[in-house]
Amino acid sequence: MPGQSRTEPSGAPRATATPVVAEPMTGAQSLVRSLESVGVETVFGLPGGAILPLYDPLMDSTKIRHILVRHEQGAGHAAEGYAQATGKVGVCMATSGPGATNLVTAIADAYMDSVPMVAITGQVNSKLIGTDGFQEADIVGITMPITKHNMLIADAADIPRAIAEAFHIAGTGRPGPVLVDVPKDILQAQTTFSWPPKLDLPGYRAVTRPHNKQIREAARLLTSSTRPVLYVGGGVLKAHASEELRRLTEETGAPVVTTLMALGALPDSHQQNLGMPGMHGTVAAVTALQKADLIVSLGARFDDRVTGNLDSFAPHAKVVHADIDPAEIGKNRLADVPIVGDAREVIAELTVAVAAEHQAGRRADLTTWWAQLDGWREAFPLGHAPAPEGEVSPQHVIARIGEISGPESIYVAGVGQHQMWASQFIKYENPHTWINSGGAGTMGFAVPAAMGAKAGLPDTVVWAIDGDGCFQMTNQELATCVINQIPIKVAVINNSSLGMVRQWQNLFYDGRYSNTDLHTSVGSRIPDFVKLAEAYGCVGLRCETPEDVDATIEKAMEINDVPVIIDFVVHRDAMVWPMVPSGVSNDLIQIARDTRPEFDSEA
Amino acid sequence: MTQKHTLSVLVEDRPGVLTRVAGLFARRGFNIHSLAVGPTEHSGISRMTVVVDVDELPLEQVTKQLNKLINVIKIVELEPGASVQREMLLVKVRADSATRSHVLETVELFRGHVVDVAPDAVTIEATGSPDKLAAFLKVLEPFGIRELSQSGLIGIGRGNRSITDRALRSA
Repeated sequence: MPGQSRTEPSGAPRATATPVVAEPMTGAQSLVRSLESVGVETVFGLPGGAILPLYDPLMDSTKIRHILVRHEQGAGHAAEGYAQATGKVGVCMATSGPGATNLVTAIADAYMDSVPMVAITGQVNSKLIGTDGFQEADIVGITMPITKHNMLIADAADIPRAIAEAFHIAGTGRPGPVLVDVPKDILQAQTTFSWPPKLDLPGYRAVTRPHNKQIREAARLLTSSTRPVLYVGGGVLKAHASEELRRLTEETGAPVVTTLMALGALPDSHQQNLGMPGMHGTVAAVTALQKADLIVSLGARFDDRVTGNLDSFAPHAKVVHADIDPAEIGKNRLADVPIVGDAREVIAELTVAVAAEHQAGRRADLTTWWAQLDGWREAFPLGHAPAPEGEVSPQHVIARIGEISGPESIYVAGVGQHQMWASQFIKYENPHTWINSGGAGTMGFAVPAAMGAKAGLPDTVVWAIDGDGCFQMTNQELATCVINQIPIKVAVINNSSLGMVRQWQNLFYDGRYSNTDLHTSVGSRIPDFVKLAEAYGCVGLRCETPEDVDATIEKAMEINDVPVIIDFVVHRDAMVWPMVPSGVSNDLIQIARDTRPEFDSEA
Repeated sequence: MTQKHTLSVLVEDRPGVLTRVAGLFARRGFNIHSLAVGPTEHSGISRMTVVVDVDELPLEQVTKQLNKLINVIKIVELEPGASVQREMLLVKVRADSATRSHVLETVELFRGHVVDVAPDAVTIEATGSPDKLAAFLKVLEPFGIRELSQSGLIGIGRGNRSITDRALRSA
């Protein structure tokens, strides 16, 4: 990718710092020095009582840019967006009690999507812990189930080691959030700072090298199966293995499906890419998995949104399951060939092993399989019904943003219909250009995450594709964007509703729209998003007719000094298709309401 | 049909480790039958013995999830045939002058000890396999059990090998 740092491998922080021996300073200074030493450049946070001592030396740091958010949840999602765009560990910071609990949603989100992130929280004085002190919350206890690891620092002397360990754990193996809680008196204590510290993690070993025997077995299956599918998940992006994936894809000749977390891992335009599997996946991708005789899962986790009803998922398939997290293998679907390892190494070695099989003349004939796959692709391409005369189609808006802004831009979505349409109708050609909340499904993710991505890659165009519901949850960060010169572009796909919920009410609750009308465009504009944008010092645009779509997007493309918010007033009853209704077999995929694809030949 | 499995879990002796382990079991929907925690021969490393009631496959999932906890160093399943497994019991039994000798005879048979005596009760200490202690309690029951305190199971592998040594070497 031209001029981008996107392909930097994540993992252990680049400890570029020169060694330091026992320099006297406060705990707070030691923490700032530790962050500098692990290579932190950007921190998203908001100060408060317990963390005040840390913010004082932070003000003097020339290496760390602290971006003051308007709500701690914004700091958390910004750190996630930053991490996913740059491949570095994202950092957020908050004070004790409510500051820390406001991070919880973002931490849970990072946990579900394996985003490398370190959260630093102030805590009340050690002596007050357990007394229900002012702004006290047991954030270590609260975040235990949603962090890869967390810790309460009990001694200022432990700060460098704790920070180094936190970044090591967050960025290596299966990445995830790590929370470090620091009591105020520990920040104020006199201590000494030494670098590098010695990590003390006897129970933490990430296995990255796959087992040879398993690789050979997988290669044997890949060259003898006649209906194989490569099922690619977010782990491939986390491992920065796109190039390796392309080689494996081409060596095997097998079809590929990329999950919601893996869009861009293989270009959408690649001939062998069938698109996204799952609840709103393409007919070809969903059906390929259903009919497969071999599924090679690479950094994916057989999530219920992909498998549908698990008992009827891919009934004829043998499964090769490769993941860096052994606990994912066999969790939902039994694996015939389990492979523990880093996706990059697994894919590279698998490619070599498959090539060796091919050289030995062992190669499966996939002609019939491809004839079938191409038939499904041709018969059931992604598409959408046109909007009623004069109304704007949300799918069209999103597709045009993708076409006009292009595949070098980063697209960040909230959660709901607009997210699914953005996954379907924007063509992703590059890794790390699609950022969304997959596992947790956190509404309000887009604006702060886009801010984080743009802060990390200021020269890249970053779009937040948002909904009118999502946008109202976190748009306070527009103030942060304006003040810190982070000019993101926000497309609010405004259907005046909690659209995905409305879709389900339409389909499954007899059209009884209980509490999903948001009044943001139909009947009233509360709030008026253009005025809201202007109130924040952003440019606000509105588009209400199909003719204006392109011109509005082009206008937004020209504004690069402040954030642009576009209120796209769209057709309210547009739905996300295809759809596998919740909990049923993927065989029952529908391409429109009550319409199942008619397959010419059932395999 | 579930089956009881005994896991020996070596953990770093740090605050909150018990919560992490117990919380993980609760969160993932696994039932803990008994749990015992104590020191090992290495300072800084504790040993938890966890008895879980699960099938083979969920057991594998429990073990893998436990292994993901940063403070967990090693997990070994103790097979009943290849390990010694014991529980400890303190039980207060009604025993007046009429029944005391019968009670003491039973204690003797089960190789227990009387650790406290009152005019109408004795407190007995006993260790053994869960089966033995269950049998002991059954025999004591007719006398009248006033109070019972029982430990979780602890266990150790037979032979000369040490799981802690191996764990520390590979760490």
